Amino acid sequence: MKTLVWVEHDGSSVKDATLAAVTAASQLGEVHLLVAGENVGAVAEAAAKIAGVGKVHVADDAAFAHALAENVAPLVVELMGHHDAFVAPATTTGKNIAPRVAALLDVMQISDILSVESEDTFTRAIYAGNAIATVQSSDAKKVLTVRGTAFDKAATDGGSGTIEAVASTGDKGLSTFTGSEIAANARPELTSAKIIVSGGRALGSEEQFHALIDPLADKLGAGVGASRAAVDAGYAPNDYQVGQTGKIVAPEIYVAVGISGAIQHLAGMKDSKTIIAINKDDDAPIFQVADLGLVGDLFKVVPELTEKL
Amino acid sequence: MKVLVPVKRVLDYNVKPRVKADGTGVDLANVKMSMNPFDEIAVEEAIRLKDRAGVTEIVVVSIGEPKAAETIRTALAMGADRGILVTSETKVEPLGVAKLLAKIVEEEAPDLVVLGKQAIDDDNNQTGQMLAGLLGWGQGTFASKVEIADGSAVVTREVDGGLETDTLKLPAIVTTDLRLNEPRYASLPNIMKAKSKPMATKTAADYGVDVAPRLTTLKVVEPGKRQAGIKVADVDELVMKLQAMGIAK
Repeated sequence: MKTLVWVEHDGSSVKDATLAAVTAASQLGEVHLLVAGENVGAVAEAAAKIAGVGKVHVADDAAFAHALAENVAPLVVELMGHHDAFVAPATTTGKNIAPRVAALLDVMQISDILSVESEDTFTRAIYAGNAIATVQSSDAKKVLTVRGTAFDKAATDGGSGTIEAVASTGDKGLSTFTGSEIAANARPELTSAKIIVSGGRALGSEEQFHALIDPLADKLGAGVGASRAAVDAGYAPNDYQVGQTGKIVAPEIYVAVGISGAIQHLAGMKDSKTIIAINKDDDAPIFQVADLGLVGDLFKVVPELTEKL
Repeated sequence: MKVLVPVKRVLDYNVKPRVKADGTGVDLANVKMSMNPFDEIAVEEAIRLKDRAGVTEIVVVSIGEPKAAETIRTALAMGADRGILVTSETKVEPLGVAKLLAKIVEEEAPDLVVLGKQAIDDDNNQTGQMLAGLLGWGQGTFASKVEIADGSAVVTREVDGGLETDTLKLPAIVTTDLRLNEPRYASLPNIMKAKSKPMATKTAADYGVDVAPRLTTLKVVEPGKRQAGIKVADVDELVMKLQAMGIAK
């Protein structure tokens, strides 16, 4: 089976989520990559070095600069003429593009896979991770998105893929990128951070969220996350949200501060290796999944912990 | 301007799903079912667009078992105008739903289709993007803000790094994220009024669309359970444990 993996990048380097998708694809067969964007020569070079990679298809055109699904999907469909599976990381970009590709190919996509059981059979989480389904596809071609935390990352070196330019399918004129607010963040990205400190609604305000969570995260070299309740209340931006409909994370250590542990939040972090919970409510459901729990007032406990670490 | 809003009947947000003992799925017998929360946000946005962008009619569609009529009634009670129920005896996958919706779009000619970004049962996050692909329309997924002006929709999207804004030529597809709005509760008088709002009932076959499933669910199991750990008495003990684990110095 010949796979085509969507390379997620920031214009200069390959994003980590791609590497898990490469591992998933390698379990299906030959791994080819698609690098689409504008001036992506450096990305293509880096992509060709990923271990186990065959061909790297490069579509360099302004129409692909912001990975608009309307422009990218026809390009993928074109390439799928000689590939058997389209594999994208389950990032917001992958989730945006893959179903459009699937519909154009008349294929039922399998979203957010946790494992590859065989060429046509995969597992995936349903109901916020409260059940794991094994599904078999009868479609001739496959379209998959891959949960980054469920697969090891392919090595970023050792590969010797061949770079091949592909013709642009052009701008379809349906949508234009108007702008973005991407916060410059010196902290590790949530989906690849080794340690995450997350705050919940109990922090009470945006100021207190930052005053308590940030120093602890800095001390641990951690990424910062938040519960939906904290994001809805405006204490933290949307890209901090961990959970069923936010980011799925599985760091070595997850510190939940003032998070009660709704199933929708647990869905996003319960595969973390070690979970540490700080909450004033002894009965909070977060303690049922936490390896280490501390019942106490977070406004006293968190500064003390930050100081003593 | 007309807006189409597809809605799905799912296990209520607050009910803990239980996997059936025979491993065929999640038990939906005698449990509370509700409108998918993201679809409530979609209905709410359509209603708000009536005031904001001159939307004149909101048509709600639900595809599934006959009981999905209740979900349509809920949307009508919130403020939608008319319903279309498409019944199917078998489960319809997102691809089949998108194909049926594409047919309904042909008939209804809406300017905008607003859908929830994902249903909280299957967590697929596909239907809106698939429909956009089938129709050849622009798609503004994971929306936290929608503005309609001069034949286009300006959609602010929640993406991994923050927010992105795209401008879509109408007609277009929008899928809703959590922060787009807070859906209203239907008032009692509006629930009464909704009972007399029109609702057409169709079957998947009426649209001549093949909705046979492409996927077979071989089994459904509970995920591995985490063991609850220990509680520590104070910060000093927590620090000690963290040191023992090599996390703190």
